[in-house]
Amino acid sequence: MATVNTAWDHVSGNIFKTWVIMFLFSLFTVAVVYIIARGFGYGEVGGLGIVGFALIMAGIMNFVSYFWSDKIVLGVSGAKPIKKEDNPEVYRIVENLCIAAGLPLPKIYIIDDTATNAFATGRDPKHAAIAFTKGILQKLNKQELEGVTAHELSHVGNRDTLLMAVVSVLVGTIALLADFFLRSMFYGGRDREGRGNQLFVILAIVAAILAPIVATLIQLAVSRRREFLADASGVLLTRYPQGLASALQKISGDREPLEVANRGTAHLYIVNPLKGQDAKQWLAGLFNTHPPIEMRIKALREMEGKI
Amino acid sequence: MITYIVIGVVVVLIFWLLMTYNGLVTLRNRVREAWSQIDVQLKRRSSLIPNLVEAVKGYVKHEKGVLEEVTKARTSLMSAKNPHEAAEADNMLTGALKSLFAVAENYPNLKASENFIKLQDELSDTETKVAASRQFYNTNVLDLNNSLETVPSAWIGQMFGFKKEEFFKATDEEKKDVEVKF
Repeated sequence: MATVNTAWDHVSGNIFKTWVIMFLFSLFTVAVVYIIARGFGYGEVGGLGIVGFALIMAGIMNFVSYFWSDKIVLGVSGAKPIKKEDNPEVYRIVENLCIAAGLPLPKIYIIDDTATNAFATGRDPKHAAIAFTKGILQKLNKQELEGVTAHELSHVGNRDTLLMAVVSVLVGTIALLADFFLRSMFYGGRDREGRGNQLFVILAIVAAILAPIVATLIQLAVSRRREFLADASGVLLTRYPQGLASALQKISGDREPLEVANRGTAHLYIVNPLKGQDAKQWLAGLFNTHPPIEMRIKALREMEGKI
Repeated sequence: MITYIVIGVVVVLIFWLLMTYNGLVTLRNRVREAWSQIDVQLKRRSSLIPNLVEAVKGYVKHEKGVLEEVTKARTSLMSAKNPHEAAEADNMLTGALKSLFAVAENYPNLKASENFIKLQDELSDTETKVAASRQFYNTNVLDLNNSLETVPSAWIGQMFGFKKEEFFKATDEEKKDVEVKF
């Protein structure tokens, strides 16, 4: 990984980093679960019972949002499906890039909003959907639109909806577990002696307070990594990093927020649709779903002429 | 104890061999599937040619040779049996179409004909689609060839007679065409 500069290097580098983050996240989850289970202290079985309950709850909640991801998001954002006759240019761009990516043609939607943005979702390539705002179709030229489309189709091809769903299950499990534990501390207080080691009770309190925040930060780190990955995989499709770079430039120059986006769907879009919150400081940057646009453009410039 | 270790190692080895073998078969099948996708687009392209010839025939009186070239290229494209032949025929068709469109420039009535404009548009889109399917094919060939050239999968490939596939290359003429566009 000495010379990370071709699009291939960017792709494999980002995949590698995703795995590193996921590995550390798994270790972190196991550790938190262990500490809190011991903090509950009613024997291994009782503690684990609560862990299992949290896991199942988080699993069910996330399965619903994963399985119907396309319907939920498209419904929330008010996107309308289009046919080939409605906008043959966009339709063809998507169609041709799908051929290059070896993906089935997703359903294509348009959001009636002048903000410049786009997103893709769906539980697998066969149930994928890609949506553009009217604004992005008006403001970008063909090459830029191809860059954006390739980025979105890469999310589909890289199975990012699935990955983020798995991450959400882990985050949800930790959050629920922490919540159960803190509640039991406040209300139950039931036979304090029954709780095992005092040390684990203290550790568990600390974990229950901090772990949900840390888990959310890791989730956001995965999300940012997948944005970089989609940029790089997209470049492998169009072989033209300048297209996406100038699209990102145009989109970031446009400060109009997208009304139909909210904090639940923000991570899906090509750039943060909520705008005005594009934090530049390192600490605030940790809370972003997307990497700063300048960093993405810098990575794309690096790939120019080296594909 | 030693027997168990030996048995364990053998089981792991067999398992690894099966996985690698299956992986190579998958890659090879993907290349074939990708090839059939190019074929679909090439068929689509050649099916547009008769309409084009029909649309042009009435206008172009003196340059019948150009039309014959196009038809000839189409026939050889239809009868191409392997990626290499198809690539050649496809490149031939691209060249023939280019001279046809150059000739069309001299016939304002033809250029203005709605049917002709539509066909031209369809053809240029199909050309993009052919290029896209070629790109996907090449990506798959790259995956297969990488596996067949890197160890340890290269050993398995050799053992079972897997062959590297050829990339679908553009001609020099096509490369020039791309340069003009940007």
